Order: sequence, then C-alpha cells, then structure tokens
Amino acid sequence: MTTAAAPAGLRGSPWPAFAARRLARFAVSLWALLTAAFLMIHLVPGDPVRASLGLTAPAELVAAKRAELGLDDPLWVQYGHYVRGLLSGDFGTSMASGQPVAQVIGDRLPSTLQLAVLAFAVVVVVAVPVGVCFAVLTRGGRRRGAELGFTSVSVFLAAIPEFLVAVGLVALLAVGLGWFPVAGSDDVSAYVLPVAALAVGPAAVLSRMVRVELLSVLGADFVRTARAKRLPARLVYVRHALPNALTATLTLGGLMLTGMVAGTVLVENVFAWPGLGSTIVASILQKDYPLVQGIVLVYGVGVLLVNLLVDVVLGLLDPRSAIREA
Amino acid sequence: MARRGSVWAAAVRTPVGACSAVLLAGVVLLAVLAPLLWGDAAAAIDTDAIGQGPSGAHWFGTDSLGRDLFFRTLVATRLSVGLAVLATAIGVGVGVLLGTLPSVLPRWAGRLLTAAVNVAVAFPGLLLALFLAVIFGVGTQGAVLAIAFAVAPAFARLVQTLSASVAGRDFIAAARVSGVGRIRLLARHVLPNIGEPLVVNATIGAGSALLAFAGLSFLGIGVQAPDYDWGRLLREGLDGIYVNPVAALGPCVAVVLAGLAFNLVGETVAGVVGVRTRASRRAAGPLPAPRPAAVAEPADDAVLVVENLQVAFPGPSGWTVPVRGVSFSVRPGEAIGVVGESGSGKSLTALAVSRLIETPGVVTADRLEFAGTPLAAASDRELGTSLAMVFQDPMTSFNPARRVGRQLAEVSEQHHGLSRRAAFARAIDRLTAVRVPAAARRARQYPHEFSGGMRQRAMIGMGLMGQPKLIIADEPTTALDVTVQRQVLRLLARTREAEGAAILLISHDIAVVSQTCERMLVMYAGRVVEDLPTGSPAQHPYTRALLATTVDLGTDRDEPLAVIPGRPPEPDQVPDGCAFADRCPLASERCRTEDPVLEPTADAHRVACWHPQVSVLSGRSQEEGAA
Amino acid sequence: MSVLEFDAVSVRYGKLTAVDGVRLTVPSGQVVGLVGESGSGKSTLARAAVGLAPVNAGRVLLDGVDVRKLPRRRPLQMVFQDPYSSLDPRMAIGESITEAMPRDTSRGARREEVARLLDLVHLGPDRAAMLPGQLSGGQRQRVALARALAGQPKVLIADEITSALDVSVQGAVLNLVRDVQRRLSLSMLFISHNLAVVRYVSDIVAVMYLGRIVEAGPAEQVLTDPQHPYTRDLLASAPSAHRNLLADTGDPLADTEPADPHHPPPGCRYHPRCPIGPLVHTDRTLCVSADPADDAAHRPHRAACHFAA
Repeated sequence: MTTAAAPAGLRGSPWPAFAARRLARFAVSLWALLTAAFLMIHLVPGDPVRASLGLTAPAELVAAKRAELGLDDPLWVQYGHYVRGLLSGDFGTSMASGQPVAQVIGDRLPSTLQLAVLAFAVVVVVAVPVGVCFAVLTRGGRRRGAELGFTSVSVFLAAIPEFLVAVGLVALLAVGLGWFPVAGSDDVSAYVLPVAALAVGPAAVLSRMVRVELLSVLGADFVRTARAKRLPARLVYVRHALPNALTATLTLGGLMLTGMVAGTVLVENVFAWPGLGSTIVASILQKDYPLVQGIVLVYGVGVLLVNLLVDVVLGLLDPRSAIREA
Repeated sequence: MARRGSVWAAAVRTPVGACSAVLLAGVVLLAVLAPLLWGDAAAAIDTDAIGQGPSGAHWFGTDSLGRDLFFRTLVATRLSVGLAVLATAIGVGVGVLLGTLPSVLPRWAGRLLTAAVNVAVAFPGLLLALFLAVIFGVGTQGAVLAIAFAVAPAFARLVQTLSASVAGRDFIAAARVSGVGRIRLLARHVLPNIGEPLVVNATIGAGSALLAFAGLSFLGIGVQAPDYDWGRLLREGLDGIYVNPVAALGPCVAVVLAGLAFNLVGETVAGVVGVRTRASRRAAGPLPAPRPAAVAEPADDAVLVVENLQVAFPGPSGWTVPVRGVSFSVRPGEAIGVVGESGSGKSLTALAVSRLIETPGVVTADRLEFAGTPLAAASDRELGTSLAMVFQDPMTSFNPARRVGRQLAEVSEQHHGLSRRAAFARAIDRLTAVRVPAAARRARQYPHEFSGGMRQRAMIGMGLMGQPKLIIADEPTTALDVTVQRQVLRLLARTREAEGAAILLISHDIAVVSQTCERMLVMYAGRVVEDLPTGSPAQHPYTRALLATTVDLGTDRDEPLAVIPGRPPEPDQVPDGCAFADRCPLASERCRTEDPVLEPTADAHRVACWHPQVSVLSGRSQEEGAA
Repeated sequence: MSVLEFDAVSVRYGKLTAVDGVRLTVPSGQVVGLVGESGSGKSTLARAAVGLAPVNAGRVLLDGVDVRKLPRRRPLQMVFQDPYSSLDPRMAIGESITEAMPRDTSRGARREEVARLLDLVHLGPDRAAMLPGQLSGGQRQRVALARALAGQPKVLIADEITSALDVSVQGAVLNLVRDVQRRLSLSMLFISHNLAVVRYVSDIVAVMYLGRIVEAGPAEQVLTDPQHPYTRDLLASAPSAHRNLLADTGDPLADTEPADPHHPPPGCRYHPRCPIGPLVHTDRTLCVSADPADDAAHRPHRAACHFAA
C-alpha cells in the first residue's frame, strides 16, 4: 500500500505498549538464558561428575556427588529445583572448592564490574569528542589527509583484540619501562593497563561510528533546514546534528558495552585480575560445572540488562522509536 | 565481465587494496609453505638453548624446550588461519541456513527460529564461545565448533535483515504475482541480491574468528599441546614475559597482521562490489569556465540577481557541472517558477542562490546578489530573517528529535535576540498565521505528529519568523496530495500578498507553475532555455514539448499523448551544442555544434534556441514537440 | 475477456482498516481508473487482488471464481509503481520476463515469446540480455509491462505506473499501456493519484477515500457531473489550464487536514472536510450519525453521500 500519511494527532501514548513489549522481550530472553545454562550441564557429553572428578575417582564418590547434585532426578524435577534455587539466591555449590557459587560470584563480581564500568567511561569520554572532531574537520571531503590518518589508525586499533593490546601494553609499559605493575589489582596504578587494554579497541570503533553517523546526519535534510535558518555552525552541530547522531550510535554503544563484558574475560586472564573472567576460565578448565553455570548466568543477565537499558534510553531520546515499534 | 576485471585491478592499485592483497598473499603462502619448509626446525628440541632471548640464531628466542620461537610462529600460521577459516565456514553455513529457513518454514516455526536467533545474537560472541566450549569440550574440535556456533547467530541475523530488506522491494512482490514459488524466490531473487554483503561480512568474520580462536587458545580452552597455534604461543610467551617479551609479542604481531589481512580484504571487496560506496572527492583540475550568457541589466530594486551562476562538483573524471551559467533576476513581490525535469539543475540553482551548497560543491557566478548585497557578504541575520526556504520533503526537513515550536523559535532567539519564552510565543503566533489549527498545542508536538501538509505549513511559518523578502520553495508540494497541494500553494500566495515577499517556486510540474507564477524559467541540462511570462506562448521547442506532454483534465482522450523522444544528457556528458538538439525535431547542424545563448526575443521573454517558434498559437496546439 | 469483481473486500493491517468493504467491478475489456489520495487504500486494494495483501473479509472474484482458489499462476497480473525497485537488479530482463511465463512453455517458445513481448512494448529483442541497471526508468517500466503480459493475464492491474517517471516519459508509457490494453482487450484496473491521468486512460472512474469507494461511474459523467463533494474537491485541486488553482473558493474548510486512516471519523468519513457537510450546514447531523455507504447503491454514481447532488 502507499505509505499512509503520518497520523495527524496521536491519541494515546505509545509508551506503555513499547515498555510492555521491551519487558516481555527481556523476560523471554532471561528465560532462554536460564534454560540454556541449566541444559549446559546436561549437554556435556558423558557424565559431568565423572568428567569433573576425573577418571580415577571411585564410583561411590561419583554416585554420591550425582545424588548431591540431584542429577539422578527426572529432568523436569531438576529444572524445578534449579529455578526455585535461583529465585532464593541459591546458585549451587562449586564442585572444586565446595563454596557456594553465589559467594564466589559475590567475591569476584565487583572487580569485574569496576573494570568494565571504568573502561566504558574512558571509551565514551575519549571516543565521542574524537569522533565529533574528525567528523567536523573532514565533512564534505575536507582534509583528505586527516581522514585517511584517522581511518587507518582507527581501523588498525579496532582490529586488535583487547588481550593482544593487553600483552603489548604489558611488554612495553610494565616490563619494558616498569611504569605499571604487570598483574594484580592492589593499587590505582594497577588499573591503568587493564582499563586501557579494554578501552582502546572499542574507543576506536566508537569514534569511527560517531564520525560516520555525524557525517550522515550532517547530510540530512533537517540539517540543511537548520543551515537555512542561518544558525551558527556551533548550534547546528550541538542542537541538531549531534543528538541525532548519538541516538544512532547508542545501539552500537550497547553492543560495545556487552562486548566489553566479554572482553574482561581475556583481559583479566592477562593481568591475573581477581574477577569473574579469570574464575570462569579456571572453572571451565577444572570442569567445575555449577560454578561455570552460575557465572554464565551472571554475564548473561548483565548483557540483557545493558540491552534493556539501551532500548529504554533510545526510547527516551528518540520520540519516534517507540512509535516505530508499534 | 571485462569491466568487473578492471574494477578489481583498480581496487588492487589503491593503497588499501594493495596492502590487503600483499598481506593476504603472505598469510596464504605462509599457511601453505611454512609447515613444509620449517616444520622440523620448529619442532627441534635444543636442551642447550632453553628459554633464551632473541639472538642471531633465534630471532624470537626459544621456549622452555629450546625450540625456535620464530619458526614456531611461522609454522603456527597454518593451524591458526586454517581453524579460523574452518570455523567461519561452518558458522556462515549454519547462519545462512538459520537465516533463510524462516522464509521457507511454516509461519510459526519461522517466527520461533527468528526469536531464538534474536536472543542468541544479543550475547557477545566470546561469551557464546565460552559457553559452547563447555558443551563441546576443551580442545581444538570443541573450540572450532564453539566459535562456529558463536558466529552463526550473527550471520543468521545478517541474512534475515538483508533478506527482509530485499523482500520488501517490489521485484519480490512482482515475482510472487507472476507465480514464482518460495524456493525459487529464495534461490533466484533473494540470495543473489544479498550475496555480496554476505561475502564481505564472511571475510571480516574470518578475521574475527582468527582473533577469537587465538583468544580461546590463549585461555587454554582451544588448541592443546603438543599442537600449537598463535594463541598458545602467546600464552606460553606471556608466562616468560620478563625474560623474553618478544616471545609474546611475536605471535601478537602475527595475529594482528593476519586479522588485518582479512579485514582489509573485506573492505576492498566491499569497495569493489559497492556494498559501501565511497564518494570520489578528488579535485580534478581547474573548474571549467561557464559559457557567457547575454544579461539584461536587472531592475535596481531586484531582490535577487543571478548572473552566470555555475555549480560544479568534483567527480572521478573531472568536474561535473549540473548548473551551467544560469542568469535571472527576481523583482520584489514577484512570483517566478523554475520548471524542469529531474536532473535539470533546478534544485541546485535554488540551493546555490540561498548559499546552501556545501563543499565539495563549488558555486561561481559573475554576480550573485540578494537584496542589493553580494550573497557571499550577506550577514547570517540578514539571510536568516529575510530569505525563507521551503524544502521538498516535509518528512525529513524537520529535526525529528526537537519540538516543532522550538525549531521555529530558534530563528528569533538567534536573529532577533528574543528570550526562549518570547521566541516560542512568536512561533505559536506564526503557526497561527499559516493556519495550523490549535497552534499552541501543535507547537509542543514533534514533527512526526504532524501530517505532511501541516509540516509544510510549519516550514512556511518558520520562514515567517522574520520578514522574508524572498521565499524559495523547492518542490514544496511534490510529496503532498493534490488537495493538500492546493492548500499549500494558496498559503504561499497569501503569504506573498501579506508580506510582499517574492517567491521562487521550483517545480517539475509546469501546470502548477503556470497557474501560480507570473514568470517561469524553463531549465534543461543545467541551463535556462527559456524565460517567459506564464501567459505568453512558449518559443523554445523544449518548453513547447513539455507543455504538450503534460496531461490535464482537458487532454483529448482520443489522441495519443505527445512524447519527447530520448532522454536528457547526463550532467557529465553534456554536448558542445544545444543540449536539447538530440531530442529536438527542429535541430539543425548549427544546433549540434553551437550552444545557443539565452537572448531576449520580445518584451520580458528570453529564449536560448537557434530556431525559436514565434507564432500566435499557444504551445499546446503545436505538433512539433510531439515526435 | 474477463471480469474482476471486488465483493465487499476488507483489508486490515493490525488495527488499521486500509480497505473497508469495497465493491467494485472491472468489466470485461474496460479500464477502471481508481483515484484517491495517499493512504486511501487504493494500492492495498490492488495488492489484495493479486494476493500480496490479506483479504480479511469479502471476496475478489475473477469471472465469478474466488482468486484465492485459482492456481498460483493467476491470469491476473500487476505493474508496480517504481520501475527501479520492481525489476531484480541482478536478473537479465529477458529472464525476468521468462520467469512469469506459464510453466509448460518450451525453451524455444520462451525465447520467441520474450522477443515478441519486448517488441510489443517497443524495446528491441536484442535487449533481453541486459540488466535493469542499463535501462532508463521509462524503459524499465516497459519491461515491467512485458513481464506482466508474459503471464498471459486476462486482467491487468497498473498501480501508479507513471508517478515515478518524468513527464516527458510518462506520455510514452501511458500511450503504450492504452495501446496494449486495446489490442489485447484486457480488463484493467488503473490506479493513480493523478485525476488527469486517470481520466485520460479510463472508461470508468472510481474515487476512493479512507478505504471506501465514495463515487464510481462512467469517466465522462463522473468528471463532468461529480456527485460526491470529495470528487469535486479533487477536480478543483487538479492543476488545469482552465482554472485558477489559487482562486479563493470562500470555502471555510479549505484548510482542513486529511483524516487519519487509523481513526476514521464516524458516520460519513468525509464529514470533517466536507463543504456541504455538518460543519457548514449545522442541521446536517445525519452525516455524523449515519454512514452514507449503506445505501450508496441507490444514488447516481453510487455516491456515498447523503446529500449527493
């Protein structure tokens, strides 16, 4: 059909429907995540307890452990136990250490969060101004040199994964120059390298994205309208171009933030950072399945929360996005 | 195909293309040859040289068994790259399958699959890979499967979005109407049209898979001893980083170079197949000189004087000049229409005379004056308050994220020094003036809450925030329905009367212009070919043909419609002679070699034609235009 | 020779009723022009006929048979608005045409048929191997017509086929469509927002407003003696050499907005804009309370107006 003219006046806000839809999506994803984490143990080929305790473990011990974990119950009973446990904050018990999984997570989560939030802040503070500057400098094909330089450097930086940046930084600044500690999280200087390693790549990606979006917004009709009003360039950028460009960048920002959650896993392992990332790898290698399960759940919920946050912010910033959905 | 070949050759000659070709060739060669040439050297254990730093004999030093790390890094190329490519291939295959299945499966199954993919894609690849590594088990095989299945959802999503955008196009609907079945639709219409972006993304995906694999091996979850890839070498190197940093940095560099190779190849392919078109912005030599035109001395009080206006854009093969020497003037209160087909340069003329052409476009003119001052020297306040613009698409011409009233108020805040509140009050007043109902409420709404006609009113209201001497309206009603078109045209006429403003109305519709304007400029291929009072008979064959082809309520239903054969020249291939000669029934040898100049023929009538048709009959009854 | 009949057809997209109980007949060998503003549902009606939009109520009948019961390759073909989007950019035009032919056509026959069709739309048969990108907009629209004809239709639907084209090209396409329609005695539903174009092509004109047909009748009659006020408004708005577009009609409702298709007004859907309706004649409350579509069949031109004149 021909595109219908936009509604002349909106009767009723689209917000409740939008919010309900988003919450429903969150709930469904959360359920999928729970179930996937639950099934993980059952998808492991062979007997997870046997795998965990090793081939030499006596059969009685294995059987006892199986019973303790409830692995002999029918699947749906186990699922029920599992969900009920989660609801009451019981994530199970680590097979390796015997500690409650919830406690291990509680110990480790703060360091990981610190790292991720700090790195994200650094990315935003650095990348947005840089992207805006280069967009303004190189708009309409001006300053080809600057554009080429910016593009090549950002492509290059974006192509290096955080753990390689981490290794490079360690080799150069910690081992070579001795400015920062190689590992640990004891004092403030220990934060510099991990945060830098996490932030470099995303900052390059984001600044490139900000530049591209801003350039495309600068070509939009409404920016031409703003220029036709003869507003000073500063206002054209700040009031008309930037908000729309940042809205467009927000989705990527969310993806990056979730990517950063994953990035912490590698970076923590380089710097022996006492966070969730080093714990999950250790527990995977030890086949400590309950612990893996719990940590996967925490990461997953983090990702889902970030996505929800992005959606909500997007809905607030862009009055159309809520309606576009409806 | 020859054309394609030359495009590839050209792509390889660009810096990025050359880099990527060299890098890729290097990586492939190493992957094939290194294990054959240096496999033994890399495996040779030398107990005399354990854990050494870099030296002439061992460039990267040696590991804990005295094996040469340089050779090990080279030999690891095959496993690192091979596994990455393998994982990508599986992942892309699964992804394409998951992405295309919903269009073939029953509706409910398709939806379920789509929903599952949407949930999976929200999680970062590395987390998925870690999760899957638990299921598939630690080791090479597990890591390949983990990465493959971690890549798959993203590709499924890509295939879905790409096919959705293709499926929305009319050729799919047309094929369905023709009775083409689902499978053939997918195979013949959808997949070929999404193939290129898929290849590009798969290439870049292989780069990411390489990095992810290195990551897993680095964590100890991927390749296990005695096999080794770059990730493993990196892990081993990191343990001894104080003794020999090169042991860690060597594999690092290898991973980065190989990853970069894939990324750059992806970018190059994207450039060639046009997934991401990059506008050529190379300045190409000096601007061509505009051809001179006879110019009548404009009236002293003219609002707008344009002499020999030229607009040029740099292209890959020299300057493209879509506006080639346009001259006219607008008297106070006059309504002038500019008519032409798409590509005639009419909109660019409008933008140029309102100083809105941006780099890389270049505007030159012998004279370009607004209200007596050269346009280049006019102050922003002057232009902002006395030159009003109305653009074609009311949908996109307002900032979607700002309230309409605020967008109007800005003008007065900026140029009249009004406070926020006072400016907003004036905005409401102006919206009332352009007959926007319930203006006070509407001013607080966002543009998307306005209908097209209302938005165009608001746009005119924006021009009325000042005291416009000239309103430039660029196709203001093209996007509107006829009944709304009439409303907007009437509003423009009323505004002109009330404010004493002149109007420059750009339109493709000669009927609209002839009914709303006193004078019209007919543009063809970047020039004004005729400048005539709307009442008087046209003399240029193009104008006459345009009039003859226009269907209106009086068109004779029993006769075929008049047509103009051929099509206008591309702006970068304008002939030396008259640009209309190829389509003109009156064209002579002179027309093909000499470009006619716009010259006065009668009172207030100018024509650029060697054979103007001076007759008492109106253009409509003439048959010359209809070939 | 076939009759296409819309029998109380409704099409809904979610809460939006794009087409609401439309009755319209395209008689055999005749051209019915359907005119209306954007959002009036005219394209949706066309898409419903060819199965691209869901028919939620009523039936579309081809020679008395519900089109949903017809085989996949229906003798009902359509030409779309945008020739830049309606041809697969990666498929040679000859192949696009071949694809629409009946399955049982032999290979050799197909090649001949492509040549014949291309010739019919005044394109050289040597162009069969070209990609759409190598053709101009007008030429592409000819190819689209040839493809529609390849399906050996009895009824052709043309949806805004010239609105994406420049005026100088529009004439040639219209001439061709008219010529082909007459030569093959096709029944045709010709949709356009341009009343002048509809008038030129059609034998019968139907006017659509907010999902309803508000007036339908022989072209000359509808245009010279319009019954519905909306038709009169359309006629007055069409640019014409004989009328001043800007002349103030003194109509107090001249500046009202088109209604929102998501929230159609009660009673007569046109009443908020109607110059002879309740907003001008305050005693005409009937327009707000009763739907004039109910007894439209008894009025001249089936006008959906209580005060049709």
